[in-house]
Amino acid sequence: MKIRAWFDSGSPWIWLTAGMVSLSMIMVFGLLMLIAVRGLGHFWPPQVVAFEYEQGPGQVVSVLGSPVRSETVPGLTLREAGYVIPENVELARRNLIKQGNRDLTGRDFIWYPEDLTGQWTTPLEAMILERREWGDFYGFLRQVKEEGLVVGEGFEVREELLRRVERANELFTTINRIERYEIGDLNRSIERIRLTERRLELDRDLEDQVREQQLTDLQEQRAELDRQYEVINTRRLDLAAQMRRDSLVAEAMDGRLVEIPLANVVHAFWPNSMSLTEKMGHYVRTIWNFLSGFPREANTEGGIFPAIFGTVLMVMLMSIVVTPLGVLAAIYLREYARQGPLVRLVRISVNNLAGVPSIVFGVFGLAFFVYFIGGNLDRWLYPESLPAPTFGTPGLLWSSLTLALLTLPVVIVSTEEGLARIPSTIRHGSLALGATKAETLWRTVIPLATPAMMTGLILAVARAAGEVAPLMLVGVVKLAPNLPVDGYFPYLHLERKFMHLGFHIYDVGFQSPNVEASRPLVYATALTLVLIIIVLNLTAITIRNYLREKYRSEGD
Amino acid sequence: MTEAETSLTHGVTAGFFNDGSREKMDLSKETFSLEVEDLQLYYGKDHALKNINMKIPTRRVTAFIGPSGCGKSTLLRCFNRMNDLIDICRVEGRITLDGRNIYDRCVDVAELRRKVGMVFQKPNPFPKSIYENVAYGLRLQGVNNRKTLDQVVEQALRGAALWDEVKDRLQENAFGLSGGQQQRLVIARAVAIEPEVILLDEPCSALDPISTAKVEELIFTLKKKYTIIIVTHNMQQAARVSDYTAYMYLGDLVEFMDTVTLFTKPRQKATEDYITGRFG
Repeated sequence: MKIRAWFDSGSPWIWLTAGMVSLSMIMVFGLLMLIAVRGLGHFWPPQVVAFEYEQGPGQVVSVLGSPVRSETVPGLTLREAGYVIPENVELARRNLIKQGNRDLTGRDFIWYPEDLTGQWTTPLEAMILERREWGDFYGFLRQVKEEGLVVGEGFEVREELLRRVERANELFTTINRIERYEIGDLNRSIERIRLTERRLELDRDLEDQVREQQLTDLQEQRAELDRQYEVINTRRLDLAAQMRRDSLVAEAMDGRLVEIPLANVVHAFWPNSMSLTEKMGHYVRTIWNFLSGFPREANTEGGIFPAIFGTVLMVMLMSIVVTPLGVLAAIYLREYARQGPLVRLVRISVNNLAGVPSIVFGVFGLAFFVYFIGGNLDRWLYPESLPAPTFGTPGLLWSSLTLALLTLPVVIVSTEEGLARIPSTIRHGSLALGATKAETLWRTVIPLATPAMMTGLILAVARAAGEVAPLMLVGVVKLAPNLPVDGYFPYLHLERKFMHLGFHIYDVGFQSPNVEASRPLVYATALTLVLIIIVLNLTAITIRNYLREKYRSEGD
Repeated sequence: MTEAETSLTHGVTAGFFNDGSREKMDLSKETFSLEVEDLQLYYGKDHALKNINMKIPTRRVTAFIGPSGCGKSTLLRCFNRMNDLIDICRVEGRITLDGRNIYDRCVDVAELRRKVGMVFQKPNPFPKSIYENVAYGLRLQGVNNRKTLDQVVEQALRGAALWDEVKDRLQENAFGLSGGQQQRLVIARAVAIEPEVILLDEPCSALDPISTAKVEELIFTLKKKYTIIIVTHNMQQAARVSDYTAYMYLGDLVEFMDTVTLFTKPRQKATEDYITGRFG
């Protein structure tokens, strides 16, 4: 009966409950560790190895690349895949090598069975080029050229090369700025003229003479803008030519000499000869580029800044919409409505709203916000740009509103609970001093309920920031040409489509043409999303704790 | 010894009062601030107050005593219409304050409550600073002038004998005060808007003896300016602090007269039984 005694002592319950806590903790930390390790490891400069590979009988090629991972597979599988593996090999080890040079070989990630590879060496002179197109280049630097003339040769011209890459990058930034701002300005003005023309055509009340006069004026303005464009464009082309001045010649792993214009190089580095400090510098720089850069090459290269920006902005707009809506609704339900079957029904409905699948909200948002409200807004406010929609298309505003609707129940429920928890003695104290019900609410009850409202907002933010499905219908795109905030009036462009980290993860992970290249980006993006949600929540929790301290009462 | 302390000692040491030094009050010589006429109160079908008629003397302390559930707190809450907050509560009859029926339809309840302040059983300061607690009532009336507020807050806190204890921490949260201090703060809060009547609903039931003594002293000083009605379970307390006492039982006002007479020579047998402890 020892077991019985053990059972009666209560220990099994402690073990069971504590076990569940440990299990949950292990799962959460395991998840975080996994995405942190996989995501952050990607940015560390990889080791570059060189080895001989026996492609077929007597066919030996040299390979240069960085090992990604290795696995053990049955020899049979490899033999069936066409590799020449001896019959007696049961299990063979193979390594996945990232060898870059997609433009030369077609594939940048290749498996090499260990039985067919020679000794690994780590050549100090191996160079990796981060390029704007075709992914990374692996090879050895041979020459640096200026306008086709060799200015330096061999491994020693690294410094020279880096200087010239720097110059090309600066020119690239300048050209970008010209395209984005100066030409962007012109395009905007030309678009405005086009819309004015269209408005004149649509305006039937106008006399023909006046219309003709105004149209001529607009033509003149347009001609002037075209002239300005010519000037800017000449400057741009000139800079582009300057950017193309330098190039480098490098030897790829198969011995081919390749000439690469420096205009195409983002960064060059020699990982095998880097010291630890240099590697750390590189690490920090690549992480920063990832966080602050714009995506390139179908999102498999470059950064995720627009997605971070879009996520945070959308969540903030959602919070601005959902907080007053939810709080006011909760105040009515709890403080003013006569508690009865109708209010109970409303409350049950609100709670059930929280259980509706989010994609349903997406469908509703598309039908109601985008097509109905957006479409009508377009007809009333932007008739001249039709048929091109302004608000009648998925965008930032509709996404925020849809998610606000989605998270409304959470805010209502928490606020209601907060209001219910406020002791009636405090209300009575206020009423006994001659306060009306409204005064009591605004001066005493609502300030006391703010921590509960913040709790609701925290839950809402956590849910909204991770929501992807409805956004795919009401505003998210895989690549947005512009941020929703810029320097042009009205600065915040609510009608624009935006990028979102959650959708970015899906897009990079499942829609990418280059699975191996995008895999670490999925982890890194996921880690960023988690960190952003944590930061948003910590901010809200800090505010809530401050409010709690401020309105500390006996109950808490 | 101050006047208050003298009376206290007498009340505590000898039964209620044995040496007759306590001044006997005469209800017929008083002026009245509140008059209750034929008051009936129902909670749903429950007849909670039955035909109450009484006059509350101005600038005196009137105590309501009686066993639990006798309606004394309900009657108290009729004076500032706090019973309005209970949906099923229905009142008939009249209560006049300054000659006006407070149950008239045109009466502004908030205005009434500014004239008839109330202190509850449990200290209920707002979760704000000490200063803001006292200033609350004034801010409601639109007074935001810093100088006026400072002045009134100090006056009210002095009036509630709390100023010396809190003058250095006016901006601290009121929940940092002890229970007794909180209760005096709540009294200061009520005093700050200068009501005519102050209702005290068992103000000492949640306090320790020392804090109770302080609040009782305070009641002595307050009655010079305000009409005070106190509900209490503690008969010693009623005897110590009040000038007039009403004994209630099951919704009836059994007896209402000056405290000394009620405690020494009650006319009704029921009152005597209750105060001598044979019942209740």
